[in-house]
Amino acid sequence: MSELSSNAKKVIEDHLGRYPSKQAVTLPALHVVQEENGCVSRKAIKEIADILELSPAQVNDTLSFYGFFRTEEDPLGKKRVWICRSLPCMLRGGEELLAELCERWGIQPGQTTADGELTLELAECLGACDGAPCMLINDELSLCVTADDVDKQLRGRA
Amino acid sequence: MSNEEFKPVLLARQGKPNSHKLATYKADGGYSALAIALAMKNTEVIDVVKASGLRGRGGAGFPTGLKWTFLPKELNGPIYLCINGDESEPGTFNNRVLIEQDPHQVLEGIVISSFATRTTTAYFYLRYEYGRCYRVLKDAIDEMYDNNLLGKNILGSGYDLDVHLHRGACAYICGEETGLIESLEGKRAWPRIKPPFPAIEGAFRRPTVVNNVETMACIPHIINRGASWFMTMGIPKDPKNPRDAGSYGPKLYCISGHVNKPGLVELPMGISARDLIDKHGGGVWKGRKAKAVVPGGISMGFMSEKELDTPLDFAGPGSVGCLGLGTAAVIVIDDHTSMIDVLYNACRFFAHESCGQCTPCREGTAWSTKILERIRDGRGKLSDIDVLLEISSSIGTIPGTTICGLADGAAWPMKTAIHKFRSEFEEYIQSGRKSESRTLAGSH
Repeated sequence: MSELSSNAKKVIEDHLGRYPSKQAVTLPALHVVQEENGCVSRKAIKEIADILELSPAQVNDTLSFYGFFRTEEDPLGKKRVWICRSLPCMLRGGEELLAELCERWGIQPGQTTADGELTLELAECLGACDGAPCMLINDELSLCVTADDVDKQLRGRA
Repeated sequence: MSNEEFKPVLLARQGKPNSHKLATYKADGGYSALAIALAMKNTEVIDVVKASGLRGRGGAGFPTGLKWTFLPKELNGPIYLCINGDESEPGTFNNRVLIEQDPHQVLEGIVISSFATRTTTAYFYLRYEYGRCYRVLKDAIDEMYDNNLLGKNILGSGYDLDVHLHRGACAYICGEETGLIESLEGKRAWPRIKPPFPAIEGAFRRPTVVNNVETMACIPHIINRGASWFMTMGIPKDPKNPRDAGSYGPKLYCISGHVNKPGLVELPMGISARDLIDKHGGGVWKGRKAKAVVPGGISMGFMSEKELDTPLDFAGPGSVGCLGLGTAAVIVIDDHTSMIDVLYNACRFFAHESCGQCTPCREGTAWSTKILERIRDGRGKLSDIDVLLEISSSIGTIPGTTICGLADGAAWPMKTAIHKFRSEFEEYIQSGRKSESRTLAGSH
């Protein structure tokens, strides 16, 4: 059975006409697979490589360069929560926010809660320094957040 | 033009209802510049942009029109325009606001710039974290295709253009123009050795221009109102310095850190850091004083309190030992904050974001972070200060040991923090105290 969903295959096909090389579809392909599966498995890498006429090693090389993509040994939780720790956020409590969430959720940055709901990540500048400390849930920014806000929004309790 | 007479140009439509929609943009005169440009020769458009003195807003400040003239005169295949929307320099968020609030202003600039450079395919490289921007741009581009502003025969001119959105994957190095190109091509984002510059061999081995989002937003206004209007704003060329290209036009200043009112402000180029903080950032928070200020993203280094009257134009920050204006992202650090903690944060950022290609950068950023970690743990030695200075003077394109400028960006916070706050470092190390900042050990 194919690891890539029919939607993922269609997204990849749709991108092929946009670039003069098939390799350029690597990032769009990795994105759609990770969005659907929470990781990019070895089998998915192989299938992407087949469609893009690349060696799986080339796809893996790109995948592993960006800390963004997860392998099947280390999949994402349902929601991925990034807390910014770069200078503008650090100056307004970003480090403390990250440390507090680690304590409350009992995990370290990069890990997922036992129920598989939340993956906590540390982020370098998220580009929302006007609302420091800031947070990204999947790809939506939240500005001026506190640990209680985050808990309320994500776990329904403060 | 004085700052009091100035009316926002790039932020003029912020906060209007549905400012992101094509209909409201058109009602405010949007896409009139495109019609003007399409009736000109492409070289005439380049001439206007050149004459305006517009310099790229992404950090390096290279003259935009001049960059376009480096493309080959003879066309023997496609030319690409890449829009650099990988805005990741700590402190910088103007692209996010421009795109979310007024995407068509940026897109009109892209179509005009594509026409000027004879591009028929443009790639908008957008950092992944800007999901809202991605969705706003996607809708705006769809509106453009539906209204003959993209696609074939735009506005009946015979000119064709496609714009494709390309999402990044959370890597700062993709903001370096050749790192961006490698990433666009589906590879690891390792910057390329230059020359060849992208204008000769860029994306897909074709001539390529890489331009910043704010730069694109300036273009429609320059076409509509003329090069000389653009030059009424900002700081003119220094007649005594033949290499100075001046600092013309409006500029978006990002204000963050220890101020009462963090935010985005548009002003003629050249306001002083002090006026920016006091008049537009609500002053330093909690009634405190500034200790240090970053003039344009952390890679530019630090200004001390007594240097705050420096104008924030392309030349100003360099006159007080900073790398330059950068992205004009001003980060204010109050006098209750430890410069050791601040420098540690900056070094850790660059260690995290170094792509690992060049040894001096990979090792230099990692070791400077480890040394500062040790100092923060109360185990520093006075000789560490000179080791940090030695690292900072031996990594980067300026000493000539790395391919791209990331390491220069790592060096400048180190140099300026130590040169300007050396006694604080000495006192801290001699006291043997530990940092009070609650940073997770080993989380870099």
